[in-house]
Amino acid sequence: MPDYNLSYVYVFAFFVVGAGIVSVMMLLSHLLAPFKPTREKLRTYESGEEPVGQAWGRYPTHFYVFALLFVVFDVEVIFLFPWAVLFRELGWYGLVEMAVFIAILVVGLFYAWKKKALNWY
Amino acid sequence: MVPGPFGLDPVLWAVLRLVIAVALAAGLVFNGALAQIYLERKIQAIIQDRTGPMHTGPYGLLQTFADAIKLLGKEDIRARLTDHWFFLAAPAIVFAPMLASYVVIPFAPGVMGADLNVGLLYLTTLGSMTVLGIVIAGWASNNKYSLIGGLRSAGQLISYEVPQIVSLVTVVLVVGSLSMTAIVGSQPGLQVNALIIPLAFVTYFIAGLAETNRVPFDLPEAESELVAGFLTEYSGMRWGLFFVAEYGEVTVVSSIIATLWFGGWHGPFTDVHPLLGPALGVLWFTLKTYFFVLVFMWIRATLPRFRIDQLMSFCWKFLIPVTLVNLLVTAILVLAFPTSLVPVAIANWILLFVFAASIPFLQRRRLVSLRARLAAREHAVA
Repeated sequence: MPDYNLSYVYVFAFFVVGAGIVSVMMLLSHLLAPFKPTREKLRTYESGEEPVGQAWGRYPTHFYVFALLFVVFDVEVIFLFPWAVLFRELGWYGLVEMAVFIAILVVGLFYAWKKKALNWY
Repeated sequence: MVPGPFGLDPVLWAVLRLVIAVALAAGLVFNGALAQIYLERKIQAIIQDRTGPMHTGPYGLLQTFADAIKLLGKEDIRARLTDHWFFLAAPAIVFAPMLASYVVIPFAPGVMGADLNVGLLYLTTLGSMTVLGIVIAGWASNNKYSLIGGLRSAGQLISYEVPQIVSLVTVVLVVGSLSMTAIVGSQPGLQVNALIIPLAFVTYFIAGLAETNRVPFDLPEAESELVAGFLTEYSGMRWGLFFVAEYGEVTVVSSIIATLWFGGWHGPFTDVHPLLGPALGVLWFTLKTYFFVLVFMWIRATLPRFRIDQLMSFCWKFLIPVTLVNLLVTAILVLAFPTSLVPVAIANWILLFVFAASIPFLQRRRLVSLRARLAAREHAVA
């Protein structure tokens, strides 16, 4: 097996061990800790009051706007990484290409800014 | 495959090395968390003119061990209305990527899990997986505080991810590689990246604070507004694992800073002896990393918390434009002067001072417009 694949075996092993540690810890806690549930204990916490309804309802859409903006910029960032690695070989041509790409996104950001999408309330 | 030391069989050595690496990383995470919780409490105490934990063990050194044992013995309560499987999975979704980040952290030449050629990209990917766990935790709890905390956290983490990654790309641009070893190798002696691209360091540091949910960016768990944010319904060891993961995340961010901007394992006397050298490298790297962990704690004791609208507008209206400008300026100068990094360094220091000096002016403009709006409203009411 080449070293290249071997390094991803490490990644996989670390993930498995990470999940394993969580499971072992929970098992240990399960073995050591007492378990005497009552109705009050299992009630959702709401500052000591009777909970009103559930939390799975409607919530503000501000988060959604930011998520949309983020998707745009995150995709941009994915393109930035390979560009940055090969930057010196691509030269001025690559730089201008990337500048145009970023400029288009910045125009989008500016538009969102002027439309007050970046204001929280 | 590399043959092992003492004439070990390569296959056996590969397996053995993997086991050692995993065990060391897990040990580091847990001991690091215990040490950092103690340090954090002590440092906050010193800054606030208190003594901090004193009774368990000498100077309270065993306090965090006692806390860990207490957490293991606490009743594991899961509220009736929670989403069973997601509630169980959330700590693992936060913890496993954090542990997996340790694969590529370069402690010393040869002392690292695996030198992935996409090391930095891998680290950013794992860093952004935390947000998944936090959102799932907030949603699965079926608690209003948790849900708001989880969503706030999602908004904050995804926003600050953009300046964070653009800062990292600036480093990649100068170094020309994503591999952690190559990045460390490019900064011998005093030629560290912190001197060449200081603005990228500052923006990454700010974004890193936000990514780890540390003060002043700890809105997801703002105890004065949201009880405990996404952790409200969690208790016992489940809560403890979130906590360990948070400290592990802080260590990862600090070690990224130490590697990318402060030359990683480089330091005096690392090439004196084939065995002693790497050991010293680990020491320098650890000292650099813990220096930043301590700065994080210092900041926690010093700064007040942001408001959510300030947090968002600071990121989108200030940090992202700044990092993009920095990236473009650095790119142009790297191409214009292919042999020397001095122009890049000069431009970056100038940019850093310009942006630092612009903050008071921006704040003043903000205040003036706020006052104008308030006056207009009062006028309308009258």
